[in-house]
Amino acid sequence: MVESRITKLPSQAPPLEIHDLTVAYHKKPVLWGIDLVVPPGKLIGIIGPNGAGKSTLIKAALGLIPGSSGWVKIFGESGRKGLKRVGYVPQRESVDWDFPVNVMDVVLMGRYGRLRLMQRPNAHDREVAKRALEMVHMLPFANRQIANLSGGQQQRVFLARALAQESDLYFMDEPFAGVDAATESAIVGILQELKQKGKTIMVVHHDLPTARNYFDMLLLLNMRVVAFGPTEEVFTYELLQQTYGGRLTILAEVAEAVRQRGA
Amino acid sequence: MRLLAPARWSMVLGLCLFAAFGVVDAHAARIGDLSETRIWEQAIRFFSLRDPAVRYAALGAILLGTSCGLLGSFIVVRKMALVGDTLSHAVLPGVAVGFLWNMSKDPIAIFIGAVAAGLLGVLFVNWIQQTTRLKEDTALGLALAGFFAVGICLVTMMQRLPTGSKSGIDKFLFGQAAALGAADVKLMAVVTLLSVATIFLFYKEFLVASFDPGFAKASGHSVKVAHYTLMWLLAFSIVISLQAVGVVLVSAMLITPAAAAYLLTDRMHRMVLYSMAFGIASGLVGAFISFLRPNLPTGPFMVLAASLIFAVAFVAAPRHGIVVRWWRQRSQSRRVQRENTLKSIYHVLEGRSFQQEGVTVEELAARRRETVEEIRQQAADLRAHELATFDKHDGVIYLTPEGWQRAAAIVRNHRLWELYLTNAAQIAPDHVHEDAEKIEHVLGEEVVRQLERKLAFAKEDPHGRLIPDVATIQRGSGPRREAPSGYRRSE
Repeated sequence: MVESRITKLPSQAPPLEIHDLTVAYHKKPVLWGIDLVVPPGKLIGIIGPNGAGKSTLIKAALGLIPGSSGWVKIFGESGRKGLKRVGYVPQRESVDWDFPVNVMDVVLMGRYGRLRLMQRPNAHDREVAKRALEMVHMLPFANRQIANLSGGQQQRVFLARALAQESDLYFMDEPFAGVDAATESAIVGILQELKQKGKTIMVVHHDLPTARNYFDMLLLLNMRVVAFGPTEEVFTYELLQQTYGGRLTILAEVAEAVRQRGA
Repeated sequence: MRLLAPARWSMVLGLCLFAAFGVVDAHAARIGDLSETRIWEQAIRFFSLRDPAVRYAALGAILLGTSCGLLGSFIVVRKMALVGDTLSHAVLPGVAVGFLWNMSKDPIAIFIGAVAAGLLGVLFVNWIQQTTRLKEDTALGLALAGFFAVGICLVTMMQRLPTGSKSGIDKFLFGQAAALGAADVKLMAVVTLLSVATIFLFYKEFLVASFDPGFAKASGHSVKVAHYTLMWLLAFSIVISLQAVGVVLVSAMLITPAAAAYLLTDRMHRMVLYSMAFGIASGLVGAFISFLRPNLPTGPFMVLAASLIFAVAFVAAPRHGIVVRWWRQRSQSRRVQRENTLKSIYHVLEGRSFQQEGVTVEELAARRRETVEEIRQQAADLRAHELATFDKHDGVIYLTPEGWQRAAAIVRNHRLWELYLTNAAQIAPDHVHEDAEKIEHVLGEEVVRQLERKLAFAKEDPHGRLIPDVATIQRGSGPRREAPSGYRRSE
């Protein structure tokens, strides 16, 4: 019993392993047969054109949308067990910012995953949330209603919530979308800090020029994995051309045909 | 949600009129007997709580206010107001079938029938959405109307049955708190307790699932369980409220108190508490008013009371109310007007190369193309804010040092912005004035510094006029003067 537990030590398993994952929206495939093994302690950018399935990949890895085939393991665990070590920064537009909560309420939600049913956040949880707010320079706004924040501040609140999760693997869906330059560099600094602590961070990113500087590794995605590797090896004209160029139109057309037949 | 409120208002008013005239028609012979003392007696009877019927009515109103206010606040923040509306109408056929079960008002049979009908309604909505291209609001509308029509037909048919007219099913349309019995109130207490306990114990799960379902799921919470628990509690709360509020208006008791609470606070737990308090208050008021005269329906009065609370919140809410917003806008526009007057004074002074310090109202009126009287008012306003001194008799305005600083700062903002637009944004010089007229009032200190740096501390605007620099502004008077001579008090 003890031995078997030791052989399954979670630290030996890769932070994220995806095998033959296919995801379809309304029967129309958006991701085809994704295979991926993510090494620990890396800052990874997911890049690709619009509709390439970048957000879908993250959501499928988190189990927010079901895959039609394949499996996902997080630190060797699947399903809800794996999620215990995951932090998530959704797209800013995914929530109603008029919702009656303040900044502290939102950041405390990062602790909910660690609490049992019916258990309330305690002093320690508040302390962690405060530190997370401090890291993103938002502590003075702790009691502010979330509607009264700028876009960059809202993004930092989401980041603080993820930091409060104290996870080992982070998924971030366009954390730089619509933020000012100061916030962007502040976020990059925090991501570097997380990496130094051995965390793995996967970031959906839109901007090619900065992608080269921000990330150790890049995942080039266009409905399938075009390339995954260290930035200096993957950030090449040919591979980017493959990712963004017109070569994959056949895949898109077939996807449309599959949808039509299914409907 | 905010759009729904006015529509609901007019509906409630209509129903009240309908109810009042209905009473007049049905009891024309008795209306003369209803003297003031009778109403007074009834009021005393209500408040003394001696009568068991009064006690049940009051208790029922409190219970329904609690559970509707509680569930309603979650319905409102989850943008499911229309779901609540549909569900509350879809239960009517179930109520009728519950009656038919043994031709009497058995609370349990009615409860089961109504919940079943509500469930059927929700399933119907899901089914329509999954099999057609119709969107949720249309599917909800379909279910609401269809189920309600079936319910009305069943109720009408039952009233024609020999025993039907005495069964009291007609009370379920507009509500009658006085018809509540011990068994009804017991059931209401059980359901209310269940709702309050569930939401209290799992508050954090409901909160995160309502605010950010994706994040909730990604951190291991079951969003589906939270959603369906809320839907079940909602259905239960609607069904127990039916007899007191009536099918037609029960959704208003869900939405209106919660909407008022939403306007008053920025924290969810406070919103829930306020909403419950408003629900209880309007429930009691409705029960009381309907008790004053025989056969007055309860529902419309409860909803009227809730709508009044909403109206007060809408007008007077500290941060989102229209009074505060109106006041903010007004003081904002008065500030803009003062700044424009200051700017014109600066322009006049600039026009004569800052040779004299005073500006006459006539000069300013010519400059601003306004009447002398208007300028006099503006001057008085400047004096009130200690930005200028103004002598009514000679009609000369002198800027105070603070007034001078504000005037120069506004002119500077204007010219910097014009220059920025023409230089950096490459907009033609004759297009930039209008834009700068608005922007000059909102540019902050920090942005002005940035603009200056971007424009390499330019001295002239696109029209060749001098941009007042910081030293000039702080000196407290025009750039061509050697010494800060300040201003002359005219007392």
